[in-house]
Amino acid sequence: MPYKLKKEKEPPKLAKGTAKPSSSSKDGGGESTDEAQAQSQPQPQPQPQPQPQPPSSNKRPSNSTPPPTQLSKIKYSGGPQIVKKERRQSSSRFNLSKNRELQKLPALKDSPTQEREELFIQKLRQCCVLFDFVSDPLSDLKFKEVKRAGLNEMVEYITHSRDVVTEAIYPEAVTMFSVNLFRTLPPSSNPTGAEFDPEEDEPTLEAAWPHLQLVYEFFLRFLESPDFQPNIAKKYIDQKFVLALLDLFDSEDPRERDFLKTILHRIYGKFLGLRAYIRRQINHIFYRFIYETEHHNGIAELLEILGSIINGFALPLKEEHKMFLIRVLLPLHKVKSLSVYHPQLAYCVVQFLEKESSLTEPVIVGLLKFWPKTHSPKEVMFLNELEEILDVIEPSEFSKVMEPLFRQLAKCVSSPHFQVAERALYYWNNEYIMSLISDNAARVLPIMFPALYRNSKSHWNKTIHGLIYNALKLFMEMNQKLFDDCTQQYKAEKQKGRFRMKEREEMWQKIEELARLNPQYPMFRAPPPLPPVYSMETETPTAEDIQLLKRTVETEAVQMLKDIKKEKVLLRRKSELPQDVYTIKALEAHKRAEEFLTASQEAL
Amino acid sequence: MAGAAGPGTGPGAARGDGDDSLYPIAVLIDELRNEDVQLRLNSIKKLSTIALALGVERTRTELLPFLTDTIYDEDEVLLALAEQLGNFTGLVGGPDFAHCLLPPLESLATVEETVVRDKAVESLRQISQEHTPVALEAHFVPLVKRLASGDWFTSRTSACGLFSVCYPRASNAVKAEIRQHFRSLCSDDTPMVRRAAASKLGEFAKVLELDSVKSEIVPLFTNLASDEQDSVRLLAVEACVSIAQLLSQDDLEALVMPTLRQAAEDKSWRVRYMVADKFSELQKAVGPKITLNDLIPAFQNLLKDCEAEVRAAAAHKVKELCENLPTEGRETIIMNQILPFIKELVSDTNQHVKSALASVIMGLSTILGKENTIEHLLPLFLAQLKDECPEVRLNIISNLDCVNEVIGIRQLSQSLLPAIVELAEDAKWRVRLAIIEYMPLLAGQLGVEFFDEKLNSLCMAWLVDHVYAIREAATSNLMKLVQKFGTEWAQNTIVPKVLVMANDPNYLHRMTTLFCINALSEACGQEITTKQMLPIVLKMAGDQVANVRFNVAKSLQKIGPILDTDALQEEVKPVLQKLGQDEDMDVKYFAQEAISAVAQRLTKLDFPVKDNEEPSAPGADKNHFLRPRGPGEDTGKGPAHQLHVNTRDTPAQLEIAELVHFS
Repeated sequence: MPYKLKKEKEPPKLAKGTAKPSSSSKDGGGESTDEAQAQSQPQPQPQPQPQPQPPSSNKRPSNSTPPPTQLSKIKYSGGPQIVKKERRQSSSRFNLSKNRELQKLPALKDSPTQEREELFIQKLRQCCVLFDFVSDPLSDLKFKEVKRAGLNEMVEYITHSRDVVTEAIYPEAVTMFSVNLFRTLPPSSNPTGAEFDPEEDEPTLEAAWPHLQLVYEFFLRFLESPDFQPNIAKKYIDQKFVLALLDLFDSEDPRERDFLKTILHRIYGKFLGLRAYIRRQINHIFYRFIYETEHHNGIAELLEILGSIINGFALPLKEEHKMFLIRVLLPLHKVKSLSVYHPQLAYCVVQFLEKESSLTEPVIVGLLKFWPKTHSPKEVMFLNELEEILDVIEPSEFSKVMEPLFRQLAKCVSSPHFQVAERALYYWNNEYIMSLISDNAARVLPIMFPALYRNSKSHWNKTIHGLIYNALKLFMEMNQKLFDDCTQQYKAEKQKGRFRMKEREEMWQKIEELARLNPQYPMFRAPPPLPPVYSMETETPTAEDIQLLKRTVETEAVQMLKDIKKEKVLLRRKSELPQDVYTIKALEAHKRAEEFLTASQEAL
Repeated sequence: MAGAAGPGTGPGAARGDGDDSLYPIAVLIDELRNEDVQLRLNSIKKLSTIALALGVERTRTELLPFLTDTIYDEDEVLLALAEQLGNFTGLVGGPDFAHCLLPPLESLATVEETVVRDKAVESLRQISQEHTPVALEAHFVPLVKRLASGDWFTSRTSACGLFSVCYPRASNAVKAEIRQHFRSLCSDDTPMVRRAAASKLGEFAKVLELDSVKSEIVPLFTNLASDEQDSVRLLAVEACVSIAQLLSQDDLEALVMPTLRQAAEDKSWRVRYMVADKFSELQKAVGPKITLNDLIPAFQNLLKDCEAEVRAAAAHKVKELCENLPTEGRETIIMNQILPFIKELVSDTNQHVKSALASVIMGLSTILGKENTIEHLLPLFLAQLKDECPEVRLNIISNLDCVNEVIGIRQLSQSLLPAIVELAEDAKWRVRLAIIEYMPLLAGQLGVEFFDEKLNSLCMAWLVDHVYAIREAATSNLMKLVQKFGTEWAQNTIVPKVLVMANDPNYLHRMTTLFCINALSEACGQEITTKQMLPIVLKMAGDQVANVRFNVAKSLQKIGPILDTDALQEEVKPVLQKLGQDEDMDVKYFAQEAISAVAQRLTKLDFPVKDNEEPSAPGADKNHFLRPRGPGEDTGKGPAHQLHVNTRDTPAQLEIAELVHFS
């Protein structure tokens, strides 16, 4: 049954069925696209399972919507909460308007219908006046209130009235949005002095938020209005607009990025002509992030949007999209702040594999290439993602990658960092993975056995011992004969090991001698001899232990299955910095426009 | 991982049988198959040895094709390879064959990882110099063109760095082509490529003919400087420096200045920051006339920019800007056009701005002379000495020598003292540490009397600070002070106070006495050491805390070379022998270390050489042969030494170190 679930991609259709707004699209072509997009109210999606369910016997389907980006990355629990003297607020420098004295205009609903359009435009123009919220928060209080009320009224107006988005409104609304929002973001300021760390520092909130929020709100309603016609809007919402919008994704304020995400998602859905451009520009942001700066605040949000886009890709996948997977999504694993956006990234990758299983091999090879060498928490994330991939892998694909894959897993189970070893050993509780191993036992066991066996005694962490015994026991039950062979081979290899080392030294010695014969030798002084590579092995079981092992496996393979905490947060904050109550509250108060992004169907 | 399938040579192919000539490559192939990255890396690092063993011809025909076709490995291995190949010309047969190295480097220049790519480009640039002009056009230029028109942005980015090395030696027709390629990269669709091109624009301009600079580079510069991405625009500012150097004043005014003015007022603070950051270079490049007309007003704007980052960058440049102004009329310009803005910055809202200013402001006094300094700058110094941010005060104090030369430090001393005292007692230990480091400098400028009167007690208080790093710094501070003020001063003011601490109830303070003795004994010389310090050290051998006892052993080893043989033989040796029987294994260990060091010295001294000239000498050089194994400071050596890491102090220090960011 799960097989079938995987094939039927239900979400977009489901969305179409539930909330079908009247007259959603007049712009011809791509009807299905617009319909899938046009639900104006945040529709509670069938609550996606937060994490994969306990192991089922077969591949699991993944979620239909990308995992939403956390508003606050920091878990507010442990550290002391303090109110800091300086509020964590800063603001982009807006070009303040010279004349900021706003006159209160009559309410839209009280004015005669024929004058409403004119009044609406007036109000939009009024809202193009910008105020100062940082250097003097108390300035122009009266006029700020006029603008706030005006924006509020327009949000109501555009949401609840029909036929108010007339042709004259488009340029005005887009201008109002651009004037208020398009700005150079301020340098990230971290009061503790060090560089801003996206993984654990609190974001600086935008001081002008009381106005910005309403501007965003209004624009979103504008885009979602049933009267909204992309054909007219595309004159104003063009490439330049999108580029400026994308620049804002680097904002430190998560509330702003949340709005941007939803807005960009809507634009992507409604403006077919902009789609390729948007994807290309997002790629540029990613390249810069990966290869140049390693710093950008909006990666998770962008990936979330991409997750919904990938979800809607038509089959067979275009070459361009495959390149995106290999050249953008995989290198994103390399960046050191991976934890900030990993759930969204993993979702995108798994979406691709569910669409086209032949991509499995390059993806796994890529993951192995970027496998973290020293960053253990990141390694745990890789293991999480890899398990998600294995959950949807086709057996034929599995056999292509299993050898390098299990060589890496062998390293992971031998990791001195117990969380890494533990996470890798949890794979033995996944029945689908076990069935894949079982089908390929002859090739997998010889790779895994030495690592498991060596650590069955030597790992410092007792929990790991239990898990290793559990794994060994499963192997033993899988194929008794093969298990015995592996044991014998291990014994033989162990003896050969030292001999090899010596052989290598002799080999290089011989080359060195040959090189000496070359008259150029003195000019190219070979680099000073490198320190020999010592293996870290300390206490490994001897061959005699093998008999013992067989007996103990039975008893020691504790029923690890039971007490494995499924949802263990393996990420730890690097330090407990005091947290600012104001920031926490501001973030908690933010209401998302939409909890989950729906798939954007690809135009065919 | 290392996909290594040799071109027809299995690892075993050459091994064993008669033909040895391919043996090295077989080994390499075999090694590159190994699972262990470190082993693969090691073998790549020995690539030159392999090439030597193969000889030039086989390196060309076998090794390089193998490296070109089959290397797919970890970036780290690729990086090592790219680096190696840059020095390979000799190994492939000299300049005539340098082009053989191009294929592997070409593919390395297209990989995704920036570090590898950059290294490959670096090696390519190196090799380009070794090409003959003919080979350059036949092999190198085509490679550049291929890279410049590659599909993937990585190869186009790499190409940007190669134009300037092949341009000067190419023929005119080829030159035109090269310029054409560069032009198209400057307007590439991918911002990454435009950035790479913008960052190489200045370098490329320098190798071009002046006409081409004016007709081609300037338009490119103007375009890049108005790019939609601020990350591109800011790189154009850098290029501006190089381009400006090439043009005459008139051309500068007409071709470059409009763009530069625009950059100084760019809407993105990053671009303005770049202008501020490169200000001195720009100033030198455009010459005095344009500086006065254009740059000074621009600088004023940068000093009052709305972003603190920009103001701080500009503040850093204040001194250099003033220094580089033409001497004639300099004073007037500074007084009228710069100083008013500086005064504002002294009370800036941002501490980074203030501290940037504080780090250079003292330098203005030499430029402005005594009177102006007293009248205009001194009030600013004094204000900054009272600033709430410790970094600002520290920056002022650390540059006191500039002012000392001009007006003498006395003018400042009244305000200086409270500032120093406050810093000395700052809650952040890094601040305390910083001020300690300036103590010897201050002592030198303020003189011994002032020091004794006002600062001595501070220096002593640091010895009992609760942070180890401070106590340690205080110890070496004492040593420097003794070097400055002489042994007599030490004997009267420092030594007694240090020795009193030997009876302190806190073992950490008792240990500080020992550390001070270690540091001071050399500077104080034999007499003080033997008469005043040694008895105390010996007495402490009976301390009840093991840490103190083994530090006694270490101290004795340390001061041993300064003592004469009698003292060593009669006083030191018995105590060490007793410590050698201590119940604590660390004490035993260090006592034995010390015994063997002392014993060596005693045997050396049996020869009547140099016995008497030694005492007052610093002794550092002579210690070498006395203590071949490295003296007691090598604390890692004690077998169970870690057990004694004093638990109260170290963690406390670490904890603070993690929380306090102080740059």
